[in-house]
Amino acid sequence: MAKLLIRNGRVIDPASRRDEIADVLIENGFIAAAGPNLDTTGAEQFDASGMVVAPGFIDMHTHLREPGFEHAETIESGSRAAAAGGFTSVCAMPNTAPVNDNATVTRYIIERARHSAVVNVFPIGAITKDSAGEQLANIGSMKEAGIVAISDDGRPVMNARVMRRAMEFAHAFSLPVIDHCEDLHLSAGGDMNEGLESVRRGLRGIPAASEDVMVARDILLAGHTGAHFHVAHLSTQNAASMVQAARERGLAVTAEVTPHHFSLSDADTPPYDSNYKMKPPLRSRADVAAVVDGVANGAVSAIATDHAPHAGSEKMQEFERCPFGIIGLETAIGLSLECLVHTGKISLNRMVELFTAGPARILNLDRGTLAVGVRADVTIFDPELIWTYDVNQSFSKSKNSPFDDHTFRGGPVATVVNGSFAWRR
Amino acid sequence: MSSGLLGIEDLNRSEIEAILTRARDFQSIQHQPVKRLDVLRGRTIVNLFYEASTRTRTSFEIAAKRLGADAVSITASGSSVSKGESLVDTLNTLAAMRPDAIVMRHSASGAPHFLARHLPTPIINAGDGTHEHPTQALLDARTILDRRGTLEGIRVAIIGDIAHSRVARSNIYLLAKFGADIVLCGPAPLLPPELASIAPGVTLTDDIRDAIRSADVIMMLRVQLERQHEAAFPASEYFQFYGLRLEHLDLAHPDVIVMHPGPINRGREIASEVADSQRSVILNQVENGVAVRMSVLERILSN
Repeated sequence: MAKLLIRNGRVIDPASRRDEIADVLIENGFIAAAGPNLDTTGAEQFDASGMVVAPGFIDMHTHLREPGFEHAETIESGSRAAAAGGFTSVCAMPNTAPVNDNATVTRYIIERARHSAVVNVFPIGAITKDSAGEQLANIGSMKEAGIVAISDDGRPVMNARVMRRAMEFAHAFSLPVIDHCEDLHLSAGGDMNEGLESVRRGLRGIPAASEDVMVARDILLAGHTGAHFHVAHLSTQNAASMVQAARERGLAVTAEVTPHHFSLSDADTPPYDSNYKMKPPLRSRADVAAVVDGVANGAVSAIATDHAPHAGSEKMQEFERCPFGIIGLETAIGLSLECLVHTGKISLNRMVELFTAGPARILNLDRGTLAVGVRADVTIFDPELIWTYDVNQSFSKSKNSPFDDHTFRGGPVATVVNGSFAWRR
Repeated sequence: MSSGLLGIEDLNRSEIEAILTRARDFQSIQHQPVKRLDVLRGRTIVNLFYEASTRTRTSFEIAAKRLGADAVSITASGSSVSKGESLVDTLNTLAAMRPDAIVMRHSASGAPHFLARHLPTPIINAGDGTHEHPTQALLDARTILDRRGTLEGIRVAIIGDIAHSRVARSNIYLLAKFGADIVLCGPAPLLPPELASIAPGVTLTDDIRDAIRSADVIMMLRVQLERQHEAAFPASEYFQFYGLRLEHLDLAHPDVIVMHPGPINRGREIASEVADSQRSVILNQVENGVAVRMSVLERILSN
């Protein structure tokens, strides 16, 4: 498609400080112009009246499961779910089989994405070989192959010395170090947040302290090494205040939150329902409130889904045997509007920033803006659209969502990737 | 709420009273030469035990038989469980044989609740992980009522590994519904502070003497070393600080009764002299177990 004109929407582009009713013109895959009353000659037109036209949303925390776990998700199916959720870019976590701990796997993911993905896929490399927490992975050559960050997500580096070396090394390659902050000794055996609900249900708890001590450790190491430390799926009150304090001191510390951590507390969960089982676990109401405050006060720089598909049979087990994680790409915009914007906690502008300029800055991506000349990734959403999520209609191969049958106020309408529609409602 | 019995937490006071009252009728049958009734004749009950059990399994089996039902008992070892079949598949297979109820014990908290969402067959929870053991609490209540006549306002001390005890949870939920004063006592790592909020009338102490003072009922819990995933307390010091000894009983109400869900570890959580004393009602609990389970089975299967 040569020319596409997205007409008459509310164009919100925090990176360009633009928030006005305007048109966006796309030519040959790039943003050609943005402003009121653009010339429509020869362009396909999309009427975005009443909708928000934003830079393409970036999910910096996605599990695409390929290679290795294609029964649960593939790069293709995950990318389709992303597009249907309003995302134009996803960052693929490295806990595949094999683990993305070397340039060959990185190139394989990029190659597979080129052939089968409908959105941009940016791989994240492992911190350590096989994410075993011992020897550093081939970080430099993965960077050359195209990774945008390193993380041993789900299998956090317990050895502080290894983490220190990883930060030192990654810093030299301008790669952020994303840590899933969990002290595995403190959390061992836990299935849900430690608190009244875990005690009531007779489930072993995952204490908030298991996250807090690792956030504290990594902030200290980031201060020492100068590296950029990014907190994955921040979920506790203490972690939020530590990140805020570190940022005020000028450290290169950022954090993301997931929609489920700002929308649900442990008290909201039906007992023993594995669609509410994830790491970090859904925390207390006070933690949820602190996470929302963190989004509002700047401690948090991005919203990320931690989309974690698991096959139905894996989730149809005794609660303690079920794997951790839920899918989240298709419900992220709806939940963000519902819990953050419609409640008045943040502006629509801030929400767009958390999905665009926020993650783009963390990952040094040349995306997340509608500035003239950049790749034309555009997310169009309607903040007032009433729709109901039916997980059985999901593009994801997995159906593990706690938000099945939830009716949302606001949701994505169309997703444009590199100038072409990747999805339309 | 399913048509089975998953836990005490979901029952209301009148449902519990109905079970306990009906159990009295079955108590007398235990002393007759012919103990068999015909109320559940032709009904089939499957006892599915994924964890070792002597008393609970036998008690359910006897209860079923004394009601005239056919009971089949299955243990996890020697079944297709050891061939890697999932829990849901095993239960669906058993349910396809059309039993009228499945009595189930499992090491995972919530396993029967999870199955109840996917199976039409009523499920009776015979102990799920560290969550609930509802028939134990019912037989404990029957035993207390036999001695005290009421649960309201009595002071019950529950002592031991509360954190990992399904017996404690079910008893707390039940006693709280009847207005008992519940004191929980144990080593601090086994006594999470949130316990004080799981039901009304619950207080916590880490001093066994405080717990026993003026108690009408002392419930000792087994020190469950198999549930100790870590060294949460120094095991060699347990009896010294949390074991029940004869001299402790002087602090309690003069008519105090000592209970234990069994199997007891003599010299670990309870001194032999206490277990064998006049104050001990441990065997009465076992006896009441059959009557209470008859009451539960009759209630669920005659629906």
